[in-house]
Amino acid sequence: MNDSVKMRKAMTAPYTVWMAVFVVVPIALVVYFSFTNVGGKFTLDNIKAIGEFRGTYLISIELAFVATVICLILAYPIAYSISRMKDERRQQTMIMLIMLPMWMNFLIRTYAWMTLIEDTGLINTFIKWFLHLFGYEFEGFSMINTQGAIILGMVYNFLPYMVLPIYTVLTKIDESVIEAGRDLGASGRKIFTMIILPQSAPGIISGITMVFVPAVSTFIISKLLGGGMTYLIGDIIENYFLGNAGEVNYNVGAALSLVLMILILISMGIMNRFDKETGEEAGGII
Amino acid sequence: MKTFYKIYNAIIFIFLYAPIVVMIVFSFNGIKSRSVLNGFSLQWYSELFHDSVIMNSLYVSVILAVVSALIATLIGTFAAVGINSMKGFKKQSYLAVNNIPVVSPEIVTAVSMMILFVFIISFFNTLEMGFWTLLIAHVTFCIPYVVLEVLPKIKGMDSNIYNAALDLGCPPAKAFLKVVVPQIKPGIITGAILSFTLSLDDFVISYFNSGSKIQTLSITIYSMTKKPYSPKINALSTLLFTFVMILLLIINIRNFRPRKKAESK
Repeated sequence: MNDSVKMRKAMTAPYTVWMAVFVVVPIALVVYFSFTNVGGKFTLDNIKAIGEFRGTYLISIELAFVATVICLILAYPIAYSISRMKDERRQQTMIMLIMLPMWMNFLIRTYAWMTLIEDTGLINTFIKWFLHLFGYEFEGFSMINTQGAIILGMVYNFLPYMVLPIYTVLTKIDESVIEAGRDLGASGRKIFTMIILPQSAPGIISGITMVFVPAVSTFIISKLLGGGMTYLIGDIIENYFLGNAGEVNYNVGAALSLVLMILILISMGIMNRFDKETGEEAGGII
Repeated sequence: MKTFYKIYNAIIFIFLYAPIVVMIVFSFNGIKSRSVLNGFSLQWYSELFHDSVIMNSLYVSVILAVVSALIATLIGTFAAVGINSMKGFKKQSYLAVNNIPVVSPEIVTAVSMMILFVFIISFFNTLEMGFWTLLIAHVTFCIPYVVLEVLPKIKGMDSNIYNAALDLGCPPAKAFLKVVVPQIKPGIITGAILSFTLSLDDFVISYFNSGSKIQTLSITIYSMTKKPYSPKINALSTLLFTFVMILLLIINIRNFRPRKKAESK
């Protein structure tokens, strides 16, 4: 028995070392860099410098928030209708079809929308052609390089993250509770607001986190679909670390990342207050 | 209500698939246009295969994905066994650390690793970022997923069989290989496949930790999106999508098979 315990300890050792060096130490370094200057002396300048980017934080949060709300509104009906399908094999196929686009490279998925919404893109070309049939001339919408395009990119890329957890909790609702409600004379709307909605709260909450976190920290969607007109907090961090537009400064970059991380932890904390039973529900990628 | 859901679901599916279908259709376009179709050709595919930058980065990505999936699966599986037998605070803290890369925004994971590598490199003049930094970074974000896949399988395992093997005089290492591993194998395989795809798909973490000498496929795709339009990117997307479809089909056939057996019994 003693050998077995020793073996287990030995088996965890590589993991412990790896996670300590490559997860815990890097986070400690982010904190350290946030509070030091280039020379390694303690300073609060980086934290103060963040004040300049208040507008960027706000716009990032705003766009991610709008995208999350749209995802929730779009995802709930489809998750609900799939969860009510009689054939379980069919449910699985539908969910797989929802998740399938997620397995396509993220950049390609975003890039595909550029083709569609460009000024001379497919959608505009089609509308022009269509109106031309009726003798109208039309210059086309300008869709790309707007904040709307960024939101569209966020919704498109992260919608499946909202569908999956909501679907998972909806399948767990006991059908007999709904029947009981119906037998007792509750209307369809009442059944929804009093039984289905409250019981799907854990799924909604993990869906919100799974959409909001990548949306608020993205820098690719804003680059490809926003055309660099709208800077999100991810873009600023990227610039400070890779210097693609301006000076490299790891210290300010680290402070910006730290604040982003804290913002996300706070929003997750608020979300968890709404529901104490999340946690293991969100698991499962496909 | 049923018709409403049918129409609604159809609209969502069109929304999800329209961009992909458009990419696939335009990959066979006879001319270099993003909005007008003219004829059928395979020229973009042949250009794709002759593009040495894309082919090299594909090679890097595949090697990277295979090696990091192997390492992550090994470390993660072993760790899951240990974590499962832990209790109380120790277990909670292990699980909390395990969750850090899963819940953190990718960009935060990416820059925190980059700071570490820059810090290490500042002590050694000859070192620079390259395959080793990519490998460490990829293994790091894959390990937690392996743990999360394997841990439930160990939890659901009957530990008496393992103990019986020990009582019968089997050495722990052999008992682990012969008794535990076969029982948790589905979790290990899912963890490995998940690691492979996560690594292959990753852009953000590679982008910050690759340095200037080496490119993964995602990084090459990113630089293609900034250049003038070339339908090669559509051809590449079509091939990647087909590959993923085949991979998923294999996984699903694997998953369905044991159920069928159970049903026939």
